Amino acid sequence: MPVNLFGLAKTFENRAEDIGLVQGHRLCPGCAAPIVVKFSLMVARKLGYEPVVGLATGCLEVSTTIYPYTAWTVPYIHNAFENSAATMSGVETAARALKKFGVLPKDKKYAFFVFAGDGGTYDIGLQSLSGMIERGHKVIYILYDNEGYMNTGNQRSGSTPTGSNTTTAPVGKVIPGKVQLKKNIVEIVAGHEYVYAATVSISDPNDFFSKIEKSLNFDGPSFIAAFSPCVRFWRIPDGAANSISKLAVETKYWPLYEVENGVYRVTRKPRQFKPLIEFLKPQGRFKPLLSRPDADEIVQRLQEYVDRRWERLLTLEEATKGKPIR
Amino acid sequence: MNNIDLKKARAVTGAEAVANAMRQIEPHVVAAYPITPQTPIVEYFAKFVSDGVVRTEMIPVESEHSAMSAVVGAAATGARAMTATSANGLALMHEVVYIAASSRLPIVMPVVNRALSGPINIHCDHSDAMAERDSGWVQFYAESNQEAYDLTILSLKLAEDESVRLPVMVSLDGFILSHGVEPVEFLPDEVVKEFIGEPKMIYPLLDTEHPVTYGPLDLYDYYFEHKRQQVEAMENAKKVFPKVAEEFYKVSGRKYDFVEPYKLDDAEYVMVALGSTNSTIKYVVDWMREEGFKVGALKVWMFRPFPKAQIQKYLNGRKGVVVLDRSASFGAEAPLYEAVKSALYNVAIRPQMGSYVYGLGGRDILPEHIRKAFEDALSGNLIADEQRYLGLRE
Amino acid sequence: MLKSWKEIPIGGVVDEPGKSREYKTGTWRVLRPVLHLDKCVHCMFCWLYCPDMAIVIDSSGQKPKMIGFNYNYCKGCGLCADVCPTNAIEMRPETEFAEE
Repeated sequence: MPVNLFGLAKTFENRAEDIGLVQGHRLCPGCAAPIVVKFSLMVARKLGYEPVVGLATGCLEVSTTIYPYTAWTVPYIHNAFENSAATMSGVETAARALKKFGVLPKDKKYAFFVFAGDGGTYDIGLQSLSGMIERGHKVIYILYDNEGYMNTGNQRSGSTPTGSNTTTAPVGKVIPGKVQLKKNIVEIVAGHEYVYAATVSISDPNDFFSKIEKSLNFDGPSFIAAFSPCVRFWRIPDGAANSISKLAVETKYWPLYEVENGVYRVTRKPRQFKPLIEFLKPQGRFKPLLSRPDADEIVQRLQEYVDRRWERLLTLEEATKGKPIR
Repeated sequence: MNNIDLKKARAVTGAEAVANAMRQIEPHVVAAYPITPQTPIVEYFAKFVSDGVVRTEMIPVESEHSAMSAVVGAAATGARAMTATSANGLALMHEVVYIAASSRLPIVMPVVNRALSGPINIHCDHSDAMAERDSGWVQFYAESNQEAYDLTILSLKLAEDESVRLPVMVSLDGFILSHGVEPVEFLPDEVVKEFIGEPKMIYPLLDTEHPVTYGPLDLYDYYFEHKRQQVEAMENAKKVFPKVAEEFYKVSGRKYDFVEPYKLDDAEYVMVALGSTNSTIKYVVDWMREEGFKVGALKVWMFRPFPKAQIQKYLNGRKGVVVLDRSASFGAEAPLYEAVKSALYNVAIRPQMGSYVYGLGGRDILPEHIRKAFEDALSGNLIADEQRYLGLRE
Repeated sequence: MLKSWKEIPIGGVVDEPGKSREYKTGTWRVLRPVLHLDKCVHCMFCWLYCPDMAIVIDSSGQKPKMIGFNYNYCKGCGLCADVCPTNAIEMRPETEFAEE
C-alpha cells in the first residue's frame, strides 16, 4: 500500500522525534528544506527503515545543529561542505562491514540519506557525489535545491537560473544577472547509468513519496533533486514555498520525472502549462531582470528553453521506454 | 635500534611491511586513493581484499579528500578505518585531517613522506607531514621498515585508548623505506589481533537507540572548550604511549619510546633527526667514534605530541646540538629545529645549537654531509640563528 | 549555564537527540496562525507542510483531526494558511495577542 497523507498523520501525529527532525531548529520561517527532510524521512520510517543522515555544510546543517543543540533524533553526521557523499560512502560501507564482522545484526534496515544544498551538489561536492554513485553505494542523496549559496547570503551557484539576481552575479547596467543556464544535475547524475535519479517538488507530495519509496527499493545509489524555495533570497512571502513550487512544475521550469537505469519517465504531465513569466513574476529575485528594457526578449528565450527541454524529455521517455541499461 | 633476528625476518619493502600490518589489523573499512610513493601499500592491501585474506570493505575513492572523508564517516560508526597517502594527497586531505582529529576519531594513517609540490616532485622529504603538524594528529616517524610495521600496529592501540581518541600518522620515508627492501620480523597474526583487541566504540553513529549528532556548528560558546579537550588528549597520549610501548615490547621484544638515544652516554655533540636518515647518522657516529670524537644521536620517534621532557633530559648540558630537518619552514626556523630549540630554553645548561636543512625533494644525504655538520659543532662553529644546508649547491 | 571543557562529550558530539526543543522559536513570530475550526476539513495539509512541526493533531479517532498550533515553535511563516484549501487558517498580527 503506497504511503499516503492520512497514514503518515496517524503514524507520526505530534511525534516529530519519530520522524527524525524536531522543533527548535533555526531555519528561516517558511523554509522548504525541513519540509524536504520531513517528507523523505517519514517515508523511510513508515516503511520500517532506520534513517542515518549525512549533511553537507549549508543552511540546513547550520540551523539544525547549533552546539549544544541538535534538532535531529536520528543518527547524524556533518563532515564538511564538499564531502557529504564521500562521508556517507564511508558510513554505508562501515555498516556493511560491521554486519559482515558480526558487530551489527545482519537484518538491521538502515536508510542512508545525504541532504545537501545546490552549492554542495552542483559545484563543490560534484566530484564526491560522482564517486559515490559510480561506486554504487546504497545511499539516497537528496539535493535541496534553493538555487544559490543562500547560507552565505545569496551568491550565484551552478544551479542559479539565468537572470536571477545574486550578490556575485547581480543584475547590473551592463550584465543582466547570471547569463549562463542552470546546470542539469539530473542528467549529470543519470550519466552514471546505474542509478535512480528523479526530480521532486513539495507541491506534489504523492509523487515525492513514491520517488523516495523507489529510492529505498532501488538496489544502488539514488539521487533526488528537490525543488526547495528560499523565501529569504528568492524574495517571496514567508508562506509561499509551496505555491512557488507548484508554479515551477506548472510552467515546465521544474519538470517532475525520473531516470531509472537509463529509462526516462515523466511522472507528471500537466494537460496545460502556464507561461514561464508566471513563475518569474512573483519572485523578487527576478525583479531586476524584469525591470530591464530587454526583459521581454530574455523571458522569451527562457520560455523557448523550457519548452525545448520539455520536448526533449518526452522524446527521451519515448526513446528509452523498456530499454534499461542493465 | 631494535635488533632483528634475521632467521625470523623476511626481506620486504616498507610498503609491504605496512600493508601487512594493515592486513593483521584487518580494519573494517579502508578507503584509499593511489599516489606515488604510497601506491604499493594500497596495491598490496587491495590484493588482500580481493583474495579474501581480510574481510575489510575497501572503498576505491576518487580522491584523497574523499578517502579521508569516507574514513571519517566509517570511523564515526565505531568501525576501524584506515587510509594511507603521500604529499599532495595529504595536502588535499588537509581540511578533513583536521576534522578527523577534532571529531576524535582513532584513525591510523601511514604517510609515505614525499615532497610537496611545487614544483612537482615524487621523492622523499617531510614537507607533507610537517604541513599537518598542527592538525591534532599524533605523528610518528619510522627509521626502518621494521619500525614502520611496528608503529602502525602500536599506533592503533594508542589511538583507540579512551583517554586519547586521536588519529595517528605513521610517517615512513618515500622510496627510501616504502620501496627499499629490508629485513622485517612480522608478529604472528593472532598476536597482533590480541594486542589490538576489539575496538572500543564511543558514540557509534549507527546506534539508532542512542542517536548522536556528529559535526555540529560550534561557535564561540563551545569551540574553544573542544579545542582544549584536544590539547588534553595530546597530553594523555604522552601518558599512555609508554604503557602501550611496554605492552608492545612484551609481545614483540622491540622497544619504542618518544625518542631513541644512540651512544649518548658520554656524547658531547648530538645530532637530532627524524626518519630513515637516523641510520646514516648512526653510521657516521660510529665512524667518528672510532676516531675518538664524542658524538651521538637522538632520534625523534614521536613528533606530535612533541616529547619536550625527553628532549630536555637527553640534551641538557651537551656542548653542541645539531638538528637535521628534511623540510623548511619558509620565513621561520625549520620545524624540528624550532621545536628542539624551544624545548631547550628552560634547561640548566643550554647547548650550542645549529640548524641544518637537507634532502629536500629526495636529494641524497651522504655520510660526508652529516660528518660536516658534526665537524661544525666540534669546532664551535654553530650559530643558533643561522640555517645551513647539507647537499645543496651554493 | 555554559559548561567547562571537562563536562562535555569529546569530539563535538551532541548526545541529546532533539535538544533543540529547549530553544523556543515561537518567540520569532510576527504573525500568528489562528484556526477557524468551522471551516477546517482536517485534510492534514497544514500538518504535512509545517516546516516547524508546529501543527497539533489528534489521531486517536478513525481520521486524524487538526486541533491547533504549538506556539512554542510556530515561527508564523503562514505556509499552513497558504496550503489550506478552505481558508480555515488566518494569519493575524502577533501584537493583537500581546496581552496573553
